[in-house]
Amino acid sequence: MSFLTLSISLLFVIIPLVLSKTLNLGLEKDTIIASVRSIIQLLVVGYVLQFVFNSENIIYIILMVLLMIAAATQNAHRKGAAIKGIIWKLIVTFTFVEVLTQTILLGLNITPATAQYIIPISGMVVGNSMVLSILFLNRFTSEIETHQDETELILSLGGTPKQAIHTQLIASIQASTIPTIESQKTIGLVQLPGMMSGQIIAGADPVQAVLFQLLVLFLLLTTAVVTSIMLGYLSYPTLFNQRMQLAGSAVERDE
Amino acid sequence: MTVAGDAIRFEHVDYSTNGLHILKNVTGAISEGKITTLVGPSGAGKTTLFKLCNGLQSPDSGEIFIKDKPIGSYEPVELRRNVGMALQKATMISGSVRKNLELPLTLQGKELAEDSARELLKMVGLDKTDLQKKTKDLSGGQQQKLSIARTLVNQPDILLLDEITSSLDSVSRQDIEELIVNMNEQYGTTIVWITHNLQQALSIGDDTWVMMDGEVVETGESSFLRNPQNDRVKQFVRGEIE
Repeated sequence: MSFLTLSISLLFVIIPLVLSKTLNLGLEKDTIIASVRSIIQLLVVGYVLQFVFNSENIIYIILMVLLMIAAATQNAHRKGAAIKGIIWKLIVTFTFVEVLTQTILLGLNITPATAQYIIPISGMVVGNSMVLSILFLNRFTSEIETHQDETELILSLGGTPKQAIHTQLIASIQASTIPTIESQKTIGLVQLPGMMSGQIIAGADPVQAVLFQLLVLFLLLTTAVVTSIMLGYLSYPTLFNQRMQLAGSAVERDE
Repeated sequence: MTVAGDAIRFEHVDYSTNGLHILKNVTGAISEGKITTLVGPSGAGKTTLFKLCNGLQSPDSGEIFIKDKPIGSYEPVELRRNVGMALQKATMISGSVRKNLELPLTLQGKELAEDSARELLKMVGLDKTDLQKKTKDLSGGQQQKLSIARTLVNQPDILLLDEITSSLDSVSRQDIEELIVNMNEQYGTTIVWITHNLQQALSIGDDTWVMMDGEVVETGESSFLRNPQNDRVKQFVRGEIE
């Protein structure tokens, strides 16, 4: 694909702009910003990747992965602002998931140890882990707030913090991982996954593309479940103090 | 100074939250083996006092002694099993009556025997066949009774009861009063009972504390409610302060 054909494809940006203007939807500014940002960001990434692939230097690969983890942490941490030390918990979670998945992929020779494989797969793993973290933190903070009475009840009867938060923790882990599991049940029936479509368009053998897509799907299953569980078990102890009391302002409400 | 025979002793207890001074210099002792009623207008800090005794919260300053030992010297789990608490809002966990009733034991990895479960339900005036019912199908009064029974499962030495009969009819209220008085007489359980009903405070209480705006304003044998000394308490007893 050339830059000329890419510029023609801007028609797909003009269509929503015209519709928004005609129907007074007020989406013009955001559409233009989103389009300009995506062009700049992706082109920069493209050139950076080209440089990293050509250099074949492990340091650059590690730097790229660290950059992904930093960006994912920056994006996800606002959702868990109420949880003490959430930034470190996210960094630890993303790093663990990345190390776990790459260890299996490279250790068992499933994918070659080249930048061309490591970086895109890391992007999918860390990106998916970030989305899962946001889903989990959203649900977990809302569960804690909604079920504070149950948490206090269990504590008051002599339960431990882990017992007091168990139901909310499990509900949040389930709620955040279910979309990943459910979407895999209908994959290929409703739509072809983006990565597989991209490979087929680029001329790859469709069966090879499917095999690689399956690898990614299984990888994302692990990513989803490990992210939610790890973040959950790292987060819940910070909700309580040494005296097994619910820490924070939400405790006092009744009188 | 250590005074033998106190179930709970407060020494200059202060507690604030969200910028509100909830408890102010609370000092006094709850006698062991007695029924002490705690009365006062809404917002006086009564429920907060209970939560401090059960260890759900800690005072900002001052000290609380449970059976002459500083509250901080107890393991939280041990403290909460010995100082049982049933609040006005009977919180239920989702599931059956049985699941709620045996919750204190489930938390210890134990089960409640069928006979004991039925006996407990009978004690609080619930039907023994209710065991498999979902708690969402119980009335407010039935949930209140279940909450009391659940608190009794831990067999606490000190029982803190917060308006536990407020949503009950007069017959059920009498039954619960009898049950609590019997527990006090038979097992020597120390009872602290928050109530808005001054008649109840008089009839079941050995001692009474009156709290207002986070302070303990008058204490003594419950009969003082007939002729209080403090002017604000007089107003409260006459129903001029709610």
